[in-house]
Amino acid sequence: MIIKIGAIKNVAQSKLFVISLLIALVLGALPFILGTYQTLLLAYGLIFAIAGLGFNLLLGYTGLLSFGHAAFFGVGAYAVAFAARDLGIKNMELLLLTGILSTFFLSVIFGIFCSGLTRIFFAIMCLALSQVVWVLSNKLYSITGGSDGMSVKWPSILWFDEYSGSGAFHRFIFDYYYYVLVIFCIMVTLMWLLCHSPFGKVLQAIRDNETRAQFVGINIKKCRFISFVISGSLTGLAGTLWVPLTGHITPESLHWPFSGEILFLTLLGGFQNFSGPIIGGIAFTYLKAYAVASTPYWQFVLGVALLLIVIAMPRGIVGLFSSLIARFTSRSERG
Amino acid sequence: MDIFILQVLNALFYASILYLIASGFTLIFGVMGIANMAHGSFYAVGAFVTAWSLGFLQSRGVEPWLLVFFLPLGAIAVAILGMLIEPILLRPFYQRAHEYQLLLTFGVLLIIEDGIQMIFGSDPLLVDMVIAPFGSLQIFSFRYPNYNFVVIGTGLVTAFLLWALMYRSRFGVVLRATSQDMRMASAMGINVGKVYVLAFGIGSFLAGLGGAIIVPTQTAVVGMGLEALIIAFVVVAVGGIGSQLGALIGALLVALVRTAGVHFVPEIELAVLFLIAVGVLLWRPTGLLGNAP
Repeated sequence: MIIKIGAIKNVAQSKLFVISLLIALVLGALPFILGTYQTLLLAYGLIFAIAGLGFNLLLGYTGLLSFGHAAFFGVGAYAVAFAARDLGIKNMELLLLTGILSTFFLSVIFGIFCSGLTRIFFAIMCLALSQVVWVLSNKLYSITGGSDGMSVKWPSILWFDEYSGSGAFHRFIFDYYYYVLVIFCIMVTLMWLLCHSPFGKVLQAIRDNETRAQFVGINIKKCRFISFVISGSLTGLAGTLWVPLTGHITPESLHWPFSGEILFLTLLGGFQNFSGPIIGGIAFTYLKAYAVASTPYWQFVLGVALLLIVIAMPRGIVGLFSSLIARFTSRSERG
Repeated sequence: MDIFILQVLNALFYASILYLIASGFTLIFGVMGIANMAHGSFYAVGAFVTAWSLGFLQSRGVEPWLLVFFLPLGAIAVAILGMLIEPILLRPFYQRAHEYQLLLTFGVLLIIEDGIQMIFGSDPLLVDMVIAPFGSLQIFSFRYPNYNFVVIGTGLVTAFLLWALMYRSRFGVVLRATSQDMRMASAMGINVGKVYVLAFGIGSFLAGLGGAIIVPTQTAVVGMGLEALIIAFVVVAVGGIGSQLGALIGALLVALVRTAGVHFVPEIELAVLFLIAVGVLLWRPTGLLGNAP
């Protein structure tokens, strides 16, 4: 009996592995078909997918709604801008390291404050802390450039030289896309392993019933803290990857409506699924890009889209598709 | 001494506005458990509707002292807006996780923020003509506009009326019963749907009133709702979410801190404010007067 279940699990897992590999290959082939602008959009999509993946470890797996994740994203981006400007670092790997370390420390500090709270109190605490960072980024004009922000040059990637001369934009986007894609694949794999590990199950147990989890002997506060730090660092990594692409950072990406956008993309994909925020990150990027391009009232379009999503597909894109597939297969089995 | 009195008056003026916004927010949260993200935008709508209608009436030749009576137009408009949004958008989702209500009201926020620009344009609206008829009062060496006393008075009267409504009226009993146990209230024959729509309407009205009475002293500008929402969050976090007295005390505290902050550390007064919210949340997660479990 046990062997049989194990075999089924292995079949399901190898199926998942094959599908994921196929998706990764398709993502790898896309830049050859798409133009530079579409490749750029897709790179943004993957970056926001990483941010959503981090955010959803808290929302979907730990049951905590943070309204301050913009702080991690923004600080990751600002760390890159500082390192590039003040330390003269041009190497992307070093910039990544700087970004991750900064957001790791920030998540530890935030985590100490937040991990004792739940529900609306947790959300308000995250909000208040992130707003402190936002105010500082705005007011410390001599360091951060205030609301004008800071510009960031294209870094060098791995052993490739700096990007300059004709066609540099195209080459940079092309190379950087693969850079992001590899990191994206690594992060998705790590997060999948984490969410399906015993620790992931513990987080879900805390989410579903805090009292029971406590009686089983789980140190709730410690687990929430660890989850918070991983979540914040991952969203910070997304911000670190994001800033070389936009080339510019302003306090806007630390302001609370940006936290709302991270929440938006996670729910767009569906927070009850592992793959929800991934799909949501990519879908949100395209939605926003086309809304911004087509009307000055893009917020209005996003707002209407948000209402429609909540009303028509409360479990997000992934939830909608999985229930459609379930209905289709059950019908074909019956027929 | 003069400056001190001036600052205290300014703090009371600001506290009155903050109280109007936060009391509505906390009422809606207390009764329905919804953290209304669009609450700041309701405040902005109140300001814009009042500013626009007063400007329109003035262009039709209405005397400035008469215009004062049209100030509550913005609040009434927001109350109607709220009483439409609750049954149409929010009601179908009370059974679901509260993330959905947060998300729905965030959607409403996005729509209203751009909706204001579509309808009223992106230029600030100025209606300071209603201040002059009130005159001003000589306090030591400076003159203080009497209109500011009207704003402070509005806050005090509203606080008293809300208290009377909650604790000295039949509707208040029904409202408190519904917020404590919605199912039980429903079983006792209370029309919960009606209570919810009225509570949401009153909460929205209060936000709109805040916008309506502040707009003569400032301008109605795009984005004013976003800041109002965050400050309202801080007020209720400090005072205790769901508590009316908490909203009053929170508003007074936040107004004093901000006024002092602007005077002493103008660069980072907002950061100080948020740090105080962090401190209160650490010390008493439910706020100074909150008793939520």
